[in-house]
Amino acid sequence: MLELRDIKWSAPDGTRVLDGVDLTVKSGGLTVITGPNGGGKTTLAKLVAGVEAPESGRILLDGDDITGLDVTQRARKGVCFAFQQPVRFKGIPVRRLLELAAGESLTEVQVCALLNQVGLCGQEYMGRQVDASLSGGEIKRVEIATVLARPGKLFLFDEPEAGIDLWSFSGLISAFQSLRDRRDKALLLISHQERILEIADEIIVLSGGKVAQRGPAPEILPQLMGKGGHCADCGKRKAVFA
Amino acid sequence: MNSITGKFLETLAGWKGTFSGAYSVRENGSCAEMRSTPFVEITPKSGLSGLDIRILPGCRGEVVAVPACVTQGGIDDLAYNDFYVGAGAEATIIAGCGVHTENGEPARHSGIHRFFLEPGAKVKYIEKHLGTGDASPRAIDPETVIQLGEGAQLEMDTAQLGGVDRADRRTKAVLGAGARLVIRERLLTEGQQQAKSDFVVQMDGEGAAVDLVSRSVARGDSRQSFRSQITGNAPCTGHSECDALVDGNAKVDATPMLSANHPDAALIHEAAIGKIAGEQIVKLRTLGLTQEEAEAEIVRGFLE
Repeated sequence: MLELRDIKWSAPDGTRVLDGVDLTVKSGGLTVITGPNGGGKTTLAKLVAGVEAPESGRILLDGDDITGLDVTQRARKGVCFAFQQPVRFKGIPVRRLLELAAGESLTEVQVCALLNQVGLCGQEYMGRQVDASLSGGEIKRVEIATVLARPGKLFLFDEPEAGIDLWSFSGLISAFQSLRDRRDKALLLISHQERILEIADEIIVLSGGKVAQRGPAPEILPQLMGKGGHCADCGKRKAVFA
Repeated sequence: MNSITGKFLETLAGWKGTFSGAYSVRENGSCAEMRSTPFVEITPKSGLSGLDIRILPGCRGEVVAVPACVTQGGIDDLAYNDFYVGAGAEATIIAGCGVHTENGEPARHSGIHRFFLEPGAKVKYIEKHLGTGDASPRAIDPETVIQLGEGAQLEMDTAQLGGVDRADRRTKAVLGAGARLVIRERLLTEGQQQAKSDFVVQMDGEGAAVDLVSRSVARGDSRQSFRSQITGNAPCTGHSECDALVDGNAKVDATPMLSANHPDAALIHEAAIGKIAGEQIVKLRTLGLTQEEAEAEIVRGFLE
């Protein structure tokens, strides 16, 4: 489904953020990219979505080279991207944003079903504007719903857990699991969240701009958890990545 | 009524061959059609061009339409319409104006609307302005004067939809105790168009409240000027917000002013002027919209 070949990207100040990343994401599975802060995960997601362009390397979707395609062209090829920090729109209601994402008019039932997947009541939220009247958690859930509404093939979520309460998060896990079961789609998540790592088919650890580890979740997860360990004073689990 | 008036009425007043309630259609400075109903009396003013509209107590939700249309150049129309709304009456008033030019001569409509709401009256006032036709200058200068009695409520939805070269929009309101005024303004200017929008609201009674939100889009070389002055002379609440999207070489200035003449007057102003945010466009493009489609969607939503 998705293939990245020798992707390099540097920040405007010249710092090399991605330094020759190679990876493959197959359809019909859930791949989670994790790693320490500043390791290039969000940059990688933006490169796939076309929000940023790589210095070198190639990005292939279903075998087609999409490196030179812009954001719109990639979206129309089936790349769907949920931003880590969602954008607010004065005057655009939630329902309209979901319809733009779906590329068609949606019935109330369809809107409710989409919002329900992210833990929002459709009747309460479909008429609300996607503006500052929504809390950080609410707008994050709307952002995720816009991607769930899309008729795409590669679904890319950048830290979907951020700002989501525990109850809604359980629903989100279910939504990701159902999406994973679609054999014609690929699910790529960027996350530090243990519950998301646990449902992954494959985990890729990105560190220092390179793929440091990759493999099936049962193989990689214990290594990551062991890496965090437990605090000697309070007994709580330490963060996986410092 | 001519065909241009018919088209304006469809756009400005939701006309579908007829109006359900009382109405008066003004065409090129004269009354084209008029009808009163048991709860709404419309009568021509004596000695002045315009109407007296009396909405009687007991009126419950009637829609009153008083649109004005100028359908040719060379006309400078001025109308004084006074609305007297009885205690406890509830009505929706649709005004609005269309100006069309096609003979190379300028045209203008100036509508001076005064609202006198008695205690407990509730009015929704919808006013849309539109210009169409050739390149001749078209001007619409609406002036709205509002007096709200105790507990009266007026919700004003005013929009300049486009095609108006010059607009001088003035609104003045005085609120009594417990009165509530909601204003929603939407304004679009393009090319060389110029629009001034001026709001003066005075709250004299305890518990009065005003919520004024103006959203505008300025494109091309157009100019917009927004001014609001909210004065609280009693325990009251006031909120004004001016948001403008600027594109091309357009210029927008906003001058908000708040005056609290009572320690329990709570007044707030917010203003934001700037280009369409790049991240908004990127987000919509990730949904499959082109740059142009994304910009149009943002502007449309902003002005709706």
